[in-house]
Amino acid sequence: MTADNRQVGQSASLWGQLRAMAGRGPAPYVLTLAYAAIVSALLLLNPTTGLGTDMVVVLFLLLMFVIYRAPTMLAFKLTLGTILLAVVMPVFGVLNPFYIDVVTKAGMFAALALGLNVVVGFAGLLDLGYVAFFAVGAYLWGIFSTPQISNIVPGMEPLHGSWFWLFLAIGLAVGAFFGVLLGLPVLRLRGDYLAIVTLGLGEVIRVLATNLDRPINITNGAQGIKDVGRPPLFIEPLFQSLGITISRLQEYQLYFYFLVLLVLALTVFVVHRLNDSRIGRAWTAIREDETAAIAMGIPLVRMKLLAFAVGASFAGTMGVIFSALQTFINPPTFDLLRSIGILSMVILGGMGSIPGTMLGAVIVTLLDLQLLPRIANELAALQRRGVPIPSWFDPAQYQRLLFGLLLVIMMIFRPEGLLPEDRRRQELHHDEPEPAPEAKTSPAVPESAQSVEG
Amino acid sequence: MAVEATTGSDLVITRRSFRSFMSEVFGPLLQVFLFVIGSAVVLGGIVLLLALALRGARTDIDLLQGTITILPQVIIDGLVRGFLYATIALGYTMVYGVLEFINFAHGEIFMVGAFVGAFFSAALASSGMLTTLSPILFVIAAVFLGMAVSGLLAMSIERVAYRPLRGAPRLVPLISAIGVSLVLQDVMRMIAVNTGLGFNAQFRTPDLGQPLVLAQMPIADDRTIPVSIDSRSLIFIVVAIIMLIGLNYLVNITKLGKAIRAVAQDRPAASLMGIDVNRVIAVTFLIGGALGGAAGILFGMRVGSINPYVGFLPGLKAFTAAVLGGIGNITGAMVGGIVLGFLEAFVASYLSLFTRGQFSGASYADIVAFSILILILIFRPSGLLGEVVTQKV
Repeated sequence: MTADNRQVGQSASLWGQLRAMAGRGPAPYVLTLAYAAIVSALLLLNPTTGLGTDMVVVLFLLLMFVIYRAPTMLAFKLTLGTILLAVVMPVFGVLNPFYIDVVTKAGMFAALALGLNVVVGFAGLLDLGYVAFFAVGAYLWGIFSTPQISNIVPGMEPLHGSWFWLFLAIGLAVGAFFGVLLGLPVLRLRGDYLAIVTLGLGEVIRVLATNLDRPINITNGAQGIKDVGRPPLFIEPLFQSLGITISRLQEYQLYFYFLVLLVLALTVFVVHRLNDSRIGRAWTAIREDETAAIAMGIPLVRMKLLAFAVGASFAGTMGVIFSALQTFINPPTFDLLRSIGILSMVILGGMGSIPGTMLGAVIVTLLDLQLLPRIANELAALQRRGVPIPSWFDPAQYQRLLFGLLLVIMMIFRPEGLLPEDRRRQELHHDEPEPAPEAKTSPAVPESAQSVEG
Repeated sequence: MAVEATTGSDLVITRRSFRSFMSEVFGPLLQVFLFVIGSAVVLGGIVLLLALALRGARTDIDLLQGTITILPQVIIDGLVRGFLYATIALGYTMVYGVLEFINFAHGEIFMVGAFVGAFFSAALASSGMLTTLSPILFVIAAVFLGMAVSGLLAMSIERVAYRPLRGAPRLVPLISAIGVSLVLQDVMRMIAVNTGLGFNAQFRTPDLGQPLVLAQMPIADDRTIPVSIDSRSLIFIVVAIIMLIGLNYLVNITKLGKAIRAVAQDRPAASLMGIDVNRVIAVTFLIGGALGGAAGILFGMRVGSINPYVGFLPGLKAFTAAVLGGIGNITGAMVGGIVLGFLEAFVASYLSLFTRGQFSGASYADIVAFSILILILIFRPSGLLGEVVTQKV
């Protein structure tokens, strides 16, 4: 025990010395710039699809967090970040259209995870049906921009793509409305009941999406809605005037990349401001102790409802973007696994922590969309060369295993997440500092005493 | 909140009159039986009234006759669904009783049980014994095997994924349980796909005999249709009832049961009385898991084909049943399961009939189940049989 401690202490001090060295004077500027330059050069010079480029993309996205954490001036951070995201990434995206799609998805899930973070992280309400609001947004635009609408309102033509912008706002409002509608009956419930009920509600929305093709064809049932409308490309003339000729598909990719980037930035801003506001403090109070929060005069149901509505409205908007991006939506897109995936992003990164949630979203999306299929391919290639890898082992098919292990391991070893929020860390580890020798001999008594208090 | 004894206040352990023994072991079943009759009568009455009211609007078929014709079959279906949910719900409710924790992975324990049965039958089939084995022996062996595997699995999950988290905030073990449930689904899929059983595993059984004809039901033109009960459904109901009796004996009569009830009521006090709390909790998971595994075997036997995701919906509905009956209450879980099973069977069968197939009853039955969950939680969170408890501060 003591030897362990000493070792930990030593390595921490070594690590601390290194950190102190890298954090003084011009060192952080030079190091960050060097990292950024190397990664950008690697990306732009070798844009072929492969495991190596995958790694570089991961390093590129991690760079964002390095910049965020680096002890440098804010202006430097913002400039470097803007250059990387608004210049390097799009150029790379033009060179290799495959990756920008993944990065766009990562950004979209980051925004979704931030929305869920408001509900789970800030207010402490475990919502397992979050994807329902995402589905509502997606189906909203999916229905209004396709001939599906003429089934519901006879004689109404599908809306033109330019309505998309308005629907971003409508998606926000409809998401919030559904959040309040579904939240009202369930928010009086205690934490674990709420989780199961939201899970049920998520399933109800999916079942409705599958079955509402009769008596009136609203959602087109299990076949889903295809050819969802896309906004008009107003950047096209801009590209032409600059003399850049790229395909329409790539133009759309860039278009959605910037759109997602913009929405993500707005989301971060709003969530950050909310967390620091009176409302955010009320949410924290509710999360920590409901009874005490009521005693302090916090309107419990109203505040919970607000958290639910804020989270749901983000999901609604992202749903509108998602349906326009994919141009095809069907009910299985919005199953429980998607909700759990978003939840595991929040938990991996750290409940309540904004940078943590974004980190979690990036890691999980890349693992899910990028690294697992890639590893599967590489394994298959190795196998063809005669390396003894069992043929049944296909990592791309084991998403559930990945998410599940992620959740269990995080809960057991690091419930506060990778980049934890300070208060959350204290909350989850408040019982650990004192070693309590009695606890070793008869664990049942102190543990259960705690659970009674809680 | 606590697993309630049906007659809670007897202090004499050693001597117990025959009468109190009977009332403690069979009393809950009597209650379940009353709810079976009650649900059947009430729901049957409602559909008959609806049929009478809507009769004039329909010209294509005689709605009333159609309703009456399928009614007995719907009741049997409701009974089977009810016992399915009841046996699974017991696992939720017992764990909730002692730990106040929703064991989200319980649906997967059920699924693993079903797969154990599928493996067992596949092994028997490959050795050529499946057709020669007596059906009763097969059912007993399969059920015990499923109970053993699922029970031990539930116990080891508790040891690995839940016990380290005891005393953490409520959501932490719940999230861990969700993770366990996903892991189990994929691990089972990996095993099933790579052992030749396949994703959609066949659950073969020896010839279990013809459906048992209970009565002949007269319809128009002097024709009759038989009211029959499938032998698999009959096995399901019989085994479920035996298990419920066994559970009541275990919880209400034995010393172990007393320990479980004590831990459920007050963990620190039970610990001070010399009860090994960790052991009791492990045993609770063992019992709950064993019941879930047995339900899985019976379910697989009845539907004939299972896949690794088959545990999710029954698990969720069984949780609904546990809440409906009052979570933490053992009799409540049985009653809740029965009521929910009947409701679902009626919605699944009659919704399509009454709306001319406009709404698919099977899909909307799920929605009905969840709506019930929400309504119960709002208006009577303590459930049908639960006691109202105020939240401890």
